[in-house]
Amino acid sequence: MKRDYLKIDKVIGPLIQISDVDDVFYGEVVDIVDNITGKVKKGKVIKIEGKNVVIQVFQSTSGLAAGNSTIKFTGESFQLPMSLDLQGRIFNGIGEPIDNGSDVFSMVEANINGRPINPTAREYPRDFIQTGISSIDTLATLIRGQKLPIFSGNGLTHNELAAQIVKQAQLGDNVDEAFGIVFAAIGVKHDDENFFRKSFDEANVMDRVVMFVNYADDPVAERITTPRCALTAAEYLAFEKNMHILVVMTDITSYCEALREISSAREEVPSRKGYPGYMYSDLASLYERAGMLKDRKGSITLLPILTMPNDDITHPIADLTGYITEGQIVLGRDLFQRSIYPPVAVLPSLSRLMKDGIGEGFTREDHADVANQLFASYSRVQEVRDLSQIIGEDDLSDTDKKFMDFGRAFEAQFLNQAFDESRDILESLDLGWHLLSILPLSELDRLSPENIDKYFPKEK
Amino acid sequence: MAETEQHEGKGIISAINGPVIKGTNMTTFKMREMVMVGKNRLIGEVIVLDGNIGTIQVYEETEGLKTGEEITPTGRPLSLKLGPGMLKNMFDGIQRPLEKILEISPIFIPEGIGLMSIDEKKLWDVTISVKIGDVLLPGTIFGSVQETKVIENRLMVPPNISGKVIEVSPIGSYTINDVLVKIQDEKNEIHELKMAHEWPVRTPRPSAYRQETLVPLITGQRVIDIFFPIAKGGTTAIPGGFGTGKTITQHQLAKWSDADIIVYIGCGERGNEMTEVIEDFPKIIDPKSGQSIMERTVLIANTSNMPVAAREASIYTGVTIAEYFRDMGYAVAMMADSTSRWAEALREISGRLEEMPAEEGYPAYLPSRIAEFYERAGSFETLGGDEGSITIIGAVSPAGGDFSEPVTENTKRFVNVFLALDKNLAYARHYPAINWLESYSGYIKILSDWYEDNVAPDCISLRNKMLELLYEENKLQEMVMLVGEDVLPDDQRWVLEIAKIVKVGYLQQNAYDKEDTYVPLEKQYAMLKSIEYLYEKGRSGLKLGIPTSQLKDSDIFSQFIKMKYTIPNDDLSGIDRLKETVDIYYDELFKKYEN
Repeated sequence: MKRDYLKIDKVIGPLIQISDVDDVFYGEVVDIVDNITGKVKKGKVIKIEGKNVVIQVFQSTSGLAAGNSTIKFTGESFQLPMSLDLQGRIFNGIGEPIDNGSDVFSMVEANINGRPINPTAREYPRDFIQTGISSIDTLATLIRGQKLPIFSGNGLTHNELAAQIVKQAQLGDNVDEAFGIVFAAIGVKHDDENFFRKSFDEANVMDRVVMFVNYADDPVAERITTPRCALTAAEYLAFEKNMHILVVMTDITSYCEALREISSAREEVPSRKGYPGYMYSDLASLYERAGMLKDRKGSITLLPILTMPNDDITHPIADLTGYITEGQIVLGRDLFQRSIYPPVAVLPSLSRLMKDGIGEGFTREDHADVANQLFASYSRVQEVRDLSQIIGEDDLSDTDKKFMDFGRAFEAQFLNQAFDESRDILESLDLGWHLLSILPLSELDRLSPENIDKYFPKEK
Repeated sequence: MAETEQHEGKGIISAINGPVIKGTNMTTFKMREMVMVGKNRLIGEVIVLDGNIGTIQVYEETEGLKTGEEITPTGRPLSLKLGPGMLKNMFDGIQRPLEKILEISPIFIPEGIGLMSIDEKKLWDVTISVKIGDVLLPGTIFGSVQETKVIENRLMVPPNISGKVIEVSPIGSYTINDVLVKIQDEKNEIHELKMAHEWPVRTPRPSAYRQETLVPLITGQRVIDIFFPIAKGGTTAIPGGFGTGKTITQHQLAKWSDADIIVYIGCGERGNEMTEVIEDFPKIIDPKSGQSIMERTVLIANTSNMPVAAREASIYTGVTIAEYFRDMGYAVAMMADSTSRWAEALREISGRLEEMPAEEGYPAYLPSRIAEFYERAGSFETLGGDEGSITIIGAVSPAGGDFSEPVTENTKRFVNVFLALDKNLAYARHYPAINWLESYSGYIKILSDWYEDNVAPDCISLRNKMLELLYEENKLQEMVMLVGEDVLPDDQRWVLEIAKIVKVGYLQQNAYDKEDTYVPLEKQYAMLKSIEYLYEKGRSGLKLGIPTSQLKDSDIFSQFIKMKYTIPNDDLSGIDRLKETVDIYYDELFKKYEN
């Protein structure tokens, strides 16, 4: 029988400290009961020092006082009930329903922290997911089981892009393969959550979405558990129920800020910009839960969204994410200002897994060539533009002028795309060839002669 | 009182903070001793002792641990079992085989599965090469086992024992724990020699003496072999921001290096990358042995979501395994991807110990740890009298891609080859994105004799000439950015044109092309020589007053850029034909102008 504790020694932000405690384990969940209203808050043991215990409270600690609460140790770690009934439901960041529906009952419970996947159990992801967006499909191809974040900035159209991907993504030609969406909103504005909910409705996928929502005005500590609850649900649906799960997480920046806030309350030694030294490991414990397994049919594809503070890609949040994820889709402010949607900044965007998931048998034999040539040529466009800033476009050499034309056409026709426009991969590749034909053949050194023969537009 | 009796010889957990725990009643524990923590017997290591309080870093997830649970000593430091059965296998950071863990627990890695290591049940055919009466010194080879198709595991007397042979088992099949030879030392103590012996990971294995490194590690990568060569027994760092291709470069080196043994450590990196290695490597045939490269490879995987303390240990596990093979007389190359994650593990544990931080939260002992690690590389005469070497190639992941951060800065001090990966090159899909202006190799001087004897007498001077051309191009590019290419004089424009061939046709190398992924040295040299030939042809043309626009024939240029794909690695006659094409074109052109 666990004892109840009545005295709180210290409250610092989301942390409380109690003393003279016996027989608790690291990571144990506690209930903090308000003696007057009977309301229960949840917390977790995050440090044990002799008989002193530090508890991280997932809800607001305001109103807590030394004498008005009872702390009950539950003897359990943080578990969530898992069932197919999770789909179509909305939960808060600690997995409690907030859609007025009933609690989820299930014999299956899973620890929200998960466990590391054995690398020998993984299957290397190779299946192409068509998003219908030319820039992504052609240049930063999304692969089933990949973790591909969207690096964005405040005010950019990342939510629209994510919604469009959810709407258009074909998770395989095999229609009978079940797919679902897990959505984790971490410290988001009510407007954003509303937008996503509406677009799920429009895409007619609401009954296949599991939502975990922590609003911007919700307690910070709950942001730590929101993505973990979501990924636990995703793991269950993917690896126990053989579904293909797309996990959309927004906004990782709020998550990291919460991590920093709690770390500072714990008086830990900070590393860059005040973020804790373990932020890399912590983010990895989220992102690495994506993937495919050898003896399971399902998969988890992870699409985290983060807003780079001050659009700075070297900021620790973007930096550490980039080191863990398998590429990134970067949105550019200058493209956005020129009303190009989606404003995918092609050059810093990258999909590490695309090399094995494109080409013959997946997309088309010329895909790698076209992608490389578009990258190389568009990279040249940037240099030519810099030069034309100085000497004026009229004084450019003829070849350079063609690069200027190519750059404009590429942005207006290839990158730019309507919110409800879905282009299949062959369409996108043909468009790529069409645009490359603006340039003289001698400048196209990444294309193989065979592909040029077969695909280069003969006469315009 | 009753409590201490009950826990005799055992510690009691008193504090838990992530991977760091504290215990009381630990006066009998030793520093760096391996311990079993709690009911689940998690594996840990004593890192601080203060009176009867000990601090332990735990190599497994600590959730579920309680204060009051026991800490059991093992009496020995964190050690590896070194013997046949490591090649072709993948281990976690403390040498537990991941395949075997998968049999115990599908999909996920649980905690509390205990210690395990190389297969103890497998029977190996052993040849013993000593007889009764022989005197065996530390490191003497007393027998052998064909561990894989290409690697013979030479059984060694452990570095700390010696004596006269008093008993020899007959030739036959044995497990790694069977006694093969018994020796008696000077104190008449009898030692049993088995296939495997244990060695603590944090203690470098002894060798006879350190030699000079005089032979390059041939990697088949042009920018490395010709421009920034790595010596066998040397140290190399590959720093680069995310997306610059550190891992692909490391994979290329692991696949194609002409070392006898590869130890590849995935330290705090992506799970899928290790999966890729397991799927890809068996399919790749080593040009030297004609067998799959897995036959000579040991993999260590501590992915970013695996416990952080084991990540700290994985580097030492890897280098100890490398030293074991070195002691057999092999040239070992070890890739660590990424050493920054190891440094971050040090930082995390240091933070939990509440140590005073130095730069960016890293502990003050970071530079000395990095130095200790890289100094385990080198070319040695082994205790057994053979020659063996360890080449260490460490990837560095600088925060924000900024090379002035502490890990990159300190690594730079202790390595001789620095292959700087460049974000802008990567954005332009110039791979490998090794920046030729920032990179350097400290081995050029030492290795120049080898290159002159084995490749071509002018190999190094050719390299220097072309590197100079690239430097000049860089300066000219700055000018071009201001005024445009058209205003430059013709000789400078010719430099730009040739530099373009060097960059696109030579420095860029396609890891996914069958022909280009590995290029033998002869072709590397011949390609560069032919580019120089073109360069000089053009310069003679310039003297005749021929403008660059005439000198540049787009057909010839495109042949040069594509020669890496079109000229097969085993038949270089195409390069001679290319030179003939150059001769015909320019002779005709020159004639026109001479008249």
